[in-house]
Amino acid sequence: MTAGAPFDEMGPSLDHPRPIYRHIARWLQETPPEVLAARRAQAEYMFRRIGITFGVYGDKDAAERLIPFDIVPRVISRGEWTRLEAGLIQRVTALNMFLKDVYGARAILKENIIPPELILRNPYYRPEMIGHRAPHDIWVHIGGIDIVRVDASEFYVLEDNARTPSGVSYMLENREVTMRLMPDLFARHSVAPVDDYPDELLACLASVAPRPDFSEATIVILTPGPFNSAYYEHSFLADKLGVELVEGRDLFVAEDVVYMRTTLGPKRVDVIYRRVDDEYLDPLVFNPESILGVPGLIGAYLAGNVTIANAVGTGVADDKAIYSYVPDLIKFYLSEKPLLKNIPTHRCREPDELKYVLERLDQLVVKEVNGSGGYGMLVGPHASAAQRELFAAKLKADPSNYIAQPTLALSTCPASFDSGVSPRHVDLRPFVLSGANGVKIVPGGLTRVALTKGSLVVNSSQGGGTKDTWVVDDDAEEI
Amino acid sequence: MLARTADNLFWLARSMERADFIARTIEATLRLEYLPRSGVDDPAIEWESALNAAGAFEEFIEKHKVIDEANAIDFLTFDRDNPSSICNCLENARANGRAVRTALTVETWTAINDAWLELKRFEATRRAAKDLNLEALTRFLDYVKKASLDFDGACYRTMLRNDGYWFNRLGIYMERADNTARLLDVKYHLLLPKTETVGGSLDYFQWVAILRAVSAATAYHWVYRDRVKPWLIADLLILKPAMPRSLISCYESIDRALDSLARDDGRSGAAQRQARTMHAKLERASMTEIFQNGLHEFITSFIEDNARLSATISEQYLFV
Repeated sequence: MTAGAPFDEMGPSLDHPRPIYRHIARWLQETPPEVLAARRAQAEYMFRRIGITFGVYGDKDAAERLIPFDIVPRVISRGEWTRLEAGLIQRVTALNMFLKDVYGARAILKENIIPPELILRNPYYRPEMIGHRAPHDIWVHIGGIDIVRVDASEFYVLEDNARTPSGVSYMLENREVTMRLMPDLFARHSVAPVDDYPDELLACLASVAPRPDFSEATIVILTPGPFNSAYYEHSFLADKLGVELVEGRDLFVAEDVVYMRTTLGPKRVDVIYRRVDDEYLDPLVFNPESILGVPGLIGAYLAGNVTIANAVGTGVADDKAIYSYVPDLIKFYLSEKPLLKNIPTHRCREPDELKYVLERLDQLVVKEVNGSGGYGMLVGPHASAAQRELFAAKLKADPSNYIAQPTLALSTCPASFDSGVSPRHVDLRPFVLSGANGVKIVPGGLTRVALTKGSLVVNSSQGGGTKDTWVVDDDAEEI
Repeated sequence: MLARTADNLFWLARSMERADFIARTIEATLRLEYLPRSGVDDPAIEWESALNAAGAFEEFIEKHKVIDEANAIDFLTFDRDNPSSICNCLENARANGRAVRTALTVETWTAINDAWLELKRFEATRRAAKDLNLEALTRFLDYVKKASLDFDGACYRTMLRNDGYWFNRLGIYMERADNTARLLDVKYHLLLPKTETVGGSLDYFQWVAILRAVSAATAYHWVYRDRVKPWLIADLLILKPAMPRSLISCYESIDRALDSLARDDGRSGAAQRQARTMHAKLERASMTEIFQNGLHEFITSFIEDNARLSATISEQYLFV
C-alpha cells in the first residue's frame, strides 16, 4: 500500500510501456488526435443509437444519460488473470459457504470468528431464510467482486457485490464497440473472448433449477421496470439469454408455484434471475407497499418450487463490515490462505479503531457498511474541513455503521480526451458465476474509470465511465 | 409470450401507424387550405375535419375554443395535451418499445429510437424558434412518414415470424383500418355515388386530398386509369384488395395475423371468428349496395366492429 505516484498499468510513459501495453502505447502515439476524436465520437454515437443508457438517481433531467466510454482498452495479461481468477473462485466459494452456514448450522458464530450481532442484526440478514437451504447450496449465483491494483504484483478486493451486481452488459457492449472501432488494434492482440457470458449465465441458471428431472427449465429475468436505472441491462440480458423479461405483475403464485401470464395462459416458472432487491420481492413477507414484487413468491421459494438468483438474504455477505472478515471466512471454510488481499479496514464499531479513524479523517476513506454506488462515503483527503466535521459527528453517533480504509493510490490507465491522453484511476469488476457445476468467470470484466482527473470515485452513478478490458495472451509478459 | 409484451407490441405498432396517418392528414389539409377559393369557404372547416379524422376534435375545442391553422397544427404535432399528437405517438411508441426491448430486433428498436431522437431535435428547434415555419414543418412531417416506413420495414425484414410479429401486424392493420375508416367518416358527404350530380372544382381537390391522406393519389390512377371520381375513391379505400390502406386489405392482413396466431397456438377463438366474418362481409360487398344502404351507416358500423374486435383481441390474448 504505497503513497506517492500511483502505479500506471501502461507504464511510466508512452515511450516506456510495460510489454503487454506496447501495441496500445504505439497506437496512442501514432494515431493522429483527429482520428482518436473521431473514434470517441463514433463510440458515443454507437452507444446512443443502441440505447444503452443508465438512469442516474436524483438527476431527473438526465434520466437517460449515457455512461461515458473511454476508447483506450485496459489490458491484463493471461498470467495476471489466472492468478486473479483463482482468487475470485476461492472468495466466492467461501461467501457461498458462509451464507449456507449463517442461515443453517451457524458454525462460524459458534467458533466466534465474527461477532454475532454483525450478522444477526445486519439489516440484510433475512430471518425468514433461517433453516432454508438454497438449491445446490448456491446463494450467490452472480457475484461482482470489485478489484483494484496499487502495483504490478498485487490485486486487492475493494468490495464484494453479492446482491444484484450490474454492469455486465457494458462489459459485452464495450467489446462489440471496440472490435468495430479499432479492429486493427484488436487484431494485434490475442484477446480472450467475453461473448460466451450469456451462455454461461444461462447454463448456470438452468443448473440450479428446482426440478432437476425436468429437461427444460423456464427461466425469467425479473426487473423493477423501465424506470429502473439498470433497465437497459435487464432487457439486454433477457435478449441475449432468450428468456422473458418479466415485471412483478407478469407473475403470480398459485399453490406455491410461480406462473407467468402469457398469451397462451399461465406458464410455470422455474428460475427467477431477479434484479429486484430482497425487500421488494414479496409484499406478503417484506415491504407490504411494494408493487414491484409478487405476492406469495417467498412461499413458493421456501417450498422449493422456484429458484431465486441471487438467493434471498445474500446482502449479509456483501456488507462492508463483513468484508473485513472475508479472509477469515476463507481460512475457516476452506482452510486455505486467501489468494486475494483485502484492503486494511478499520471497523469503527471497535472503540480503539474509532479513535484511530477520528484522528486521521483527512487521510482515510470512510464508508457506510451498507452503502453502495459511492453514496454515503467520505474521501478524507478530498473533503473540506466542514465535510469532515459533519462526518465525524455521524461516526460518533453511530460508529458501527461505518468502516474506514486508507486512501489507496489506485492504479491508473491511459484515457483519451480532447486534451490528449491522460492517466485515470480504474477498478475492475469481474462477474463470477456459481452454479451446480462449479464456478465460471469470463476473462476480464467491467473496468470502471474515474474520468475526472485525480478522482478515485469510479461509480457510474457518480460520473464514472467504462473501458473495454482485454485479457491477452502475451509472451512478452513481465516476470 | 408474456401477455404484457404482446400488449406493448400491439400498441407500439398502433402508435407508429397513427403518427404516419396524422402527418399525412396535416399535409393533405395544408394543400387544401392553400387552394384559391371563392371567398365564402372557411379554411377552419378543413382543420375541423382533420382534427376529427385524427380523433382529436373534442380535446382541441376544449383547449382552444376556436379553430385556426396554427393551433390545429400545433395540437396535432407537438402538443402533449393531445393523446394522439405525433409527439405523443412517438413517445408512446418508444415507451412501449423500451418496455419490450427483448421482443424487438435491434433494427426495430433502432428505428423507433432514431425517430424519437429526431423528435427531440425538432422539439429543441421549435423551442428555440418559438414556432416551426412551414418549411421546417414539411421536413418534420416527411421525417415522421419516413420513421414509420423505417419501423414497418425493420419489423418486416428482421422480426421472427412468431407471435410477436403477428401482434405487431395486428396493431398496424387495426390502426390503419381505423384511420382509413375515420377519414371516410369525415369525408363521406363528398363521396357520392355515380348517380348524383357532382359539385364544382373544389370538390375535385377535396377528393385528391383524401387520396393523399392515405398515400393513394398515384395508386388511384394505376388502378382505375380514369380521372378522379368520388365513387371510385370510396371503392378504392373500401373494397380494393390491391390498395394497402383499403379496409378490405387491412382485414385480409388482420385475418391472416390472427390465423397465424391460432396456428402457432393451436387455439382459435372469438377474435378469429369476428375477423373472418368482417373480412368475408367486405369480400361480398359491392359499392352499389353500400351506397344504397348509406355510406355513412356503413362506415359507422365498420368503426364500431373494428373497435369490438380490438376489445376481443385484448380479452383473448392480452388479459387486460
